[in-house]
Amino acid sequence: MQADQPETREAAGTDLFSKFDPIIQMREKLLGTGIEDPFSLVMERVLSPTRAVCNGRETILLGTYNYMGMTFDPDVIEAGKQALADFGAGTTGSRVLNGTYQGHKDVEQALCDFYDMDHAMVFSTGYQANLGIISTIAGKGDYIVLDIDSHASIYDGCKMGDAEIVPFKHNDIEAMEKRLKRIPDGAGILVVLEGVYSMLGDVAPLKEMVAVAKKHGAMVLVDEAHSMGFIGENGRGVAEQAGVMDDVDFIIGTFSKSVGTVGGFCVSNHPKFEIMRLVCRPYTFTASLPPSVVATACTSIRKLGQASNKRAHLWENSKRLHGGLKDLGFTLGTETPESAIIAVIMPDLEKGAAMWEALLKGGLYVNLARPPATPANMTLLRCSLCAEHSESEVEEILEIFENAGKSVGII
Amino acid sequence: MDRAEVDRRIRKLIEPFNKKGVTITDETTFANDLEFDSLTVMDFVAEIEDEFDIIISMNQQAEIENYGQLVDAVYKLQVDPS
Repeated sequence: MQADQPETREAAGTDLFSKFDPIIQMREKLLGTGIEDPFSLVMERVLSPTRAVCNGRETILLGTYNYMGMTFDPDVIEAGKQALADFGAGTTGSRVLNGTYQGHKDVEQALCDFYDMDHAMVFSTGYQANLGIISTIAGKGDYIVLDIDSHASIYDGCKMGDAEIVPFKHNDIEAMEKRLKRIPDGAGILVVLEGVYSMLGDVAPLKEMVAVAKKHGAMVLVDEAHSMGFIGENGRGVAEQAGVMDDVDFIIGTFSKSVGTVGGFCVSNHPKFEIMRLVCRPYTFTASLPPSVVATACTSIRKLGQASNKRAHLWENSKRLHGGLKDLGFTLGTETPESAIIAVIMPDLEKGAAMWEALLKGGLYVNLARPPATPANMTLLRCSLCAEHSESEVEEILEIFENAGKSVGII
Repeated sequence: MDRAEVDRRIRKLIEPFNKKGVTITDETTFANDLEFDSLTVMDFVAEIEDEFDIIISMNQQAEIENYGQLVDAVYKLQVDPS
């Protein structure tokens, strides 16, 4: 053996990647049918909140989270340009060291005003907001009671903390209460709910659930990622619509949906909330958002507070698309339109992928969602509407769905 | 309730979930032998929790791979729920 040559490992080591073989095979099988890869789409040019050039084709976007169409708002763009020029491209530091600029304080104040709450803490993404808040406030000996269909960021927050994790059946008030009753006396309890569940676009019965949680002495966290800006009189979300804002201890949200940029946040009236800035690791141990991002978010949030006409138009779009798809014979995730998300249930992944491709070729982009992201192992074509979709665009969307559905043989 | 009684009750609860009629021993695994997916696990765990008036947290579920471990865990939990 020569010293300068690497030693060959004699034992047959396990390839750490072998655990991914089932998903590699699933993907190869799907692409083997000659279909365009649903998970490698590139938008070459973005023309507006509702239109882009995808894989060489001009396409109507019906699978973004740009619910309020703020990405190209002239005031938002201008604020971002100004901050980029005045404060530079990035902060190169943590919020608790050199990464808090005036813009970060301004956007936190905009959130306090938007939600009418005392405290706001901005994270670099929505994922980190859930990860950080949940893992930090629920510790060893505490219990987290959560809906089984909760987002990955909620589960990952649970996994990162040391609390006991107790899931209950989706939107089932009785199942939730049964579990709350069995928690030992004196234990700290955090109930985690979402306003809108993003896969099927259904809404949680927050009025009843928050009341039950409070009856059992729990603190309540509601993730309003998919409802902010749209649901509720002031766009505060499902908790506002249900009239339970005062009983919700923590609202988690994101800048990457209605706000139109990237970032996450938690707002709260808890008197000790500010200590989170020092104890929450996903807040502390990462760089803060760039100045242009917080400036665009701040301007967008201030405008969303006043956007009741846009909210009304988005509801019209949601009702028309839901009704139209139902009339065409598609199976939908909810009986009535409950949010800006309308999920079309596909018989299986192969048919779903074929339908997705037919829509794309017809000039329409939707999200193809498949297990494990979906509940009950469903394959979904998830449509998310924008307040900037015009009435005639919604009619065009229905026509593309009709043609694709007939050619694939789903309707 | 002794372990045998816990075993008898869980054996009854598992019947509708045991679609292939697998013979159940203490070594029978949920993931491989019974092919339970995450939804089946949730429904089955909820049935057991209701029957014994206990909580089996996800943390505890992660430690349970086979039938015998489940009976042991439930037996322990209904003796000392905390």
